[in-house]
Amino acid sequence: MEQLKTIGRELAMGSQGGFGQSKEFLDLVKSIGESRSKAEEDRIVLSEIDILKRKLLEPDVPKRKMKEYIIRLVYIEMLGHDASFGYIHAVKMTHDDNLLLKRTGYLAVTLFLDEDHDLIILIVNTIQKDLRSDNYLVVCAALNAVCRLINEETIPAVLPQVVDLLNHGKEAVRKKAIMALHRFHRKSPSSVSHLVSNFRRKLCDSDPGVMGATLCPLFDLISEDVASYKDLVSSFVGILKQVTERKLPKSYDYHQMPAPFIQIKLLKIMALLSSGDKSASEMMYMVLGDLFRKCDSSTNIGNAILYECIRCISCIIPSPKLLEDAAEAISKFLKSDSHNLKYMGIDGLGRLIKISSDIAEQHQLAVIDCLEDPDDTLKRKTFELLYKMTKSSNVEVIVDRMIDYMISINDNHYKTEIASRCVELAEQFAPSNQWFIQIMNKVFEHAGDLVNIKVAHNLMRLIAEGFGEDDDDADNKLRLSAVESYLQIISEPKLPSLFLQVISWVLGEYGTADGKYSASYISGKLCDVADAYSSDETVKGYAVSALMKIYAFEIASGRKVDVLPECQSLIEELLASHSTDLQQRAYELQALLSLDARTVESILPLDASCEDIEVDKDLSFLNGYIQQAIESGAQPYVSERERSGGMFETTDYHSQDHHEVTSHALRFEAYELPKPSVPSQPSAALVPVPEPSYYSEPHQPISTSSSVSERESSEIKLRLDGVKQKWGRPSYQSSTSASSSTPPQAANGTSTHSDGGGVASSSSSKPRSSYESKKPEIDPEKQRLAASLFGGSSSSSRSDRKSSSGGHKPAKGTANKPLATVPKESPITVPDLLDFDEPTGTSDVAATDPFKELEGLMESSRQDGGGSTDVMGLYSTDASAPVKTTTSVDSLLSELSDSSRGTYHQSQTTKGPNSKEALEKDALVRQMGVNPTSQNPTLFKDLLG
Amino acid sequence: MIKAVMMMNTQGKPRLAKFYDFLPVEKQQELIRSVFSVLSSRPENVSNFLEIDSLFGPDSRLVYKHYATLYFVLVFDGSENELAMLDLIQVLVETLDKCFSNVCELDIVFNYSKMHTVLDEIVFGGQVLETRSDEIMKAVEEISKLEAASNSISLVPKSVSGWRGGR
Repeated sequence: MEQLKTIGRELAMGSQGGFGQSKEFLDLVKSIGESRSKAEEDRIVLSEIDILKRKLLEPDVPKRKMKEYIIRLVYIEMLGHDASFGYIHAVKMTHDDNLLLKRTGYLAVTLFLDEDHDLIILIVNTIQKDLRSDNYLVVCAALNAVCRLINEETIPAVLPQVVDLLNHGKEAVRKKAIMALHRFHRKSPSSVSHLVSNFRRKLCDSDPGVMGATLCPLFDLISEDVASYKDLVSSFVGILKQVTERKLPKSYDYHQMPAPFIQIKLLKIMALLSSGDKSASEMMYMVLGDLFRKCDSSTNIGNAILYECIRCISCIIPSPKLLEDAAEAISKFLKSDSHNLKYMGIDGLGRLIKISSDIAEQHQLAVIDCLEDPDDTLKRKTFELLYKMTKSSNVEVIVDRMIDYMISINDNHYKTEIASRCVELAEQFAPSNQWFIQIMNKVFEHAGDLVNIKVAHNLMRLIAEGFGEDDDDADNKLRLSAVESYLQIISEPKLPSLFLQVISWVLGEYGTADGKYSASYISGKLCDVADAYSSDETVKGYAVSALMKIYAFEIASGRKVDVLPECQSLIEELLASHSTDLQQRAYELQALLSLDARTVESILPLDASCEDIEVDKDLSFLNGYIQQAIESGAQPYVSERERSGGMFETTDYHSQDHHEVTSHALRFEAYELPKPSVPSQPSAALVPVPEPSYYSEPHQPISTSSSVSERESSEIKLRLDGVKQKWGRPSYQSSTSASSSTPPQAANGTSTHSDGGGVASSSSSKPRSSYESKKPEIDPEKQRLAASLFGGSSSSSRSDRKSSSGGHKPAKGTANKPLATVPKESPITVPDLLDFDEPTGTSDVAATDPFKELEGLMESSRQDGGGSTDVMGLYSTDASAPVKTTTSVDSLLSELSDSSRGTYHQSQTTKGPNSKEALEKDALVRQMGVNPTSQNPTLFKDLLG
Repeated sequence: MIKAVMMMNTQGKPRLAKFYDFLPVEKQQELIRSVFSVLSSRPENVSNFLEIDSLFGPDSRLVYKHYATLYFVLVFDGSENELAMLDLIQVLVETLDKCFSNVCELDIVFNYSKMHTVLDEIVFGGQVLETRSDEIMKAVEEISKLEAASNSISLVPKSVSGWRGGR
């Protein structure tokens, strides 16, 4: 019906012949409007394209007609069809002297062409001419085209003219010239770097509009380099003051607000300039305070300015009064009925929470309302806020909610994001390993193909390394619970590939470990997996490796192995597989089955996925062989550097560089002759080197270590530890060895953890109760949620967690093992920076001299070892804080020279004799800790190389 | 920076699309379609904001407003203020309303080049250039006048609706 009306109206208009378009164009628009389907529309457009193609080729098309054709082309392209056959005519039209035609031409080319299009070269000349035109409208049209069509190479061609226009008589031209320069700066900062001072100068333009336009490039410039614009703070504050005091002409008012867009830009700039700068911040207190009082919160634009003030305050060093104002504005936003304002309120809350954590507690119920709102945008924003305020006391509730939401949405992009957030939070704050595994299972089950593969590897490592060496019982329990949960899940249809890999690996490694499940049961399940997901080679590979491990364990323990018929057929099928990887695995499995118990045990020892494999970096065991080869006439090895030394005087690195630079050009010098620098006959000893096949296996993180040892055990021992790999990805072994080489120690935070929780609950319960007294009729369900989210004391889940936290504590220390193992020499803990529990504690420490602090701590702890944990309790609230082993810290020391800067939480016990070294290490740990995702062990590994 | 301005009707037909960084036609179409499918699935009375990193890259937001049969859409990055962008749509609509007196979807369809003229006065190279609708009107009228004056070979029998002093 609606459409019929539209058509009727279109018909009426068409018959009037208005709108300056020809009958044909009106017909086109009409028929497209009438088309019922996309196919019909396409048909109409295609016939139109045919007509236009023909007409454009006709000789002597009148210009007026040509203009219409061009417009029709633009229209067609907007509908998604290729109009490139007509581009050249649009380009020609820009050359016309008639303003109407010229503008049409410019409009068409700016819509048609990108800045690197070949036809641009035909327009540059016209643009140059037009920029010098007497008619300012022509100049404006040209500037418009400049913005869109000039690329890095053509900037110099028009730059002088554009700079001249900065002093044009018309303010409209000056504004556009500034914008064009800004655009140049964005495209190629170097080409206009000498002109940057012009922006500063134009800030003082007599026309406020031009001044306002200047703020756009200045914003970009300042965000790139804050330091060199500090002198402008007072000018910006002055301008903002004048604007708010209505010193600008009345015409700049918008909905009774004086020049709001300029105000917003100014606030953004000031937030950049005053970030972390006390004196600059102080200059702004007055005008910000004024804004809070003056802004009309009944209009949209007034709220826009209020929000910008909140954002500004969250960036600068605010006064308590301003914080109060901001909190008040936020609470107004949150209480409003408008979803837009709620959204801004949640966003503002997320920003302010970094500065004062109790703000969120005042609004907990509003936040929960937003979480349950039908508006998806608002919901996501709220999840973002929750993510920011997650701590160990509320992680379970928040992650549960996130997972529920994750399951409910279809948008893969956001699903990925929220899944990775769940993983990050779980890794960071997991109260127990069981819980962690449960959460991981859920994430894998519902978003398995979306999460990073590293997450899976982390999970496998956690299960493999468990709680650490001191608590084998708990480890086994954890593994058993994992195995049980996987055996349950495995029969569900359509599991994500990544999850199946984890399942297969765990079942292979630990499926039969405690004797509850028989080898044939587990291997049957694994065969089912390989069968059900026969198109997924990675999963199959994992399944076969798992089978191999199970049989190896059976053989090693002296039991007789009965290979199930379905296993046998699987192996046979894979022996002929097209995938060499699968083939190899199948052959290995087959070979293994015929070996005796002792050999098998040394090939695949039980639960040894995390053991180190020692590698002889110098390959010294080959010396004898080399000696023999040289004696029999082979040439000695000449290193690559020595070889190329004759040809390039520069170093290796430079010569490589050189090659890269000239790679596009022809090479005139002859290629160097191949030199027989390696022993002439590649011999038997080189054959068993396992790296190539090993590293090319795509997803075989840990278990491969055993397959390596299998092959080497029969021949010569290759020690792989620490050898820089030339052929593949960095392996996992080298880094895990770093962590397990130092004896792990339970983090000494058992008491401190509950301390932190206690502080949080007592501090948070107060504002909560006052809120409750104001609103007595609140749904108890919501209250409970609020309490669990915001750490209220009434929560039952919270007390549960507390009681269990003691038991899980030692587990936590090693949960993220490479991080959490504490080296004996210097047990340093760094409280988690994302934990907003006790920000006051942070600033306290920051205020005092860290060296003094350290000395004091050392004194006290030297006398009394137990005392040190108490001291830590004051500063550390979370035992799962990023703590690193000495080895990894050492490796970083060389890279990071600026080691002792920053303010830190720290505590030092007696065993670190050298306080400076300890400080350096701590600073490093701190630096790593600043990274919000630092607690992800894999990320750490990346950093460590 | 503003990345794109779009207008589309409630059936998803694009009425005007301008991308401030060049995108190939197919990509533009794809974006318009996906934006429309997101917008059309939004319930009434929810916020006018969307975070659409999935379509326009990280840190992209979208503000839209629904007028009668048209969606007005602005896509921009984190350096703009959402509420202010909402008002920018308001500025655009107010200006169009003045231009065409009681603007409707058809005005936009049939005055394609004028629409662009108006838009170019408000947003220039992805930055907000002017927000005073009177000033915008003045500029647009001046252009129309000059175009009409220079247009001595017009073949169109009647003046364009809303174009002052036509032929």
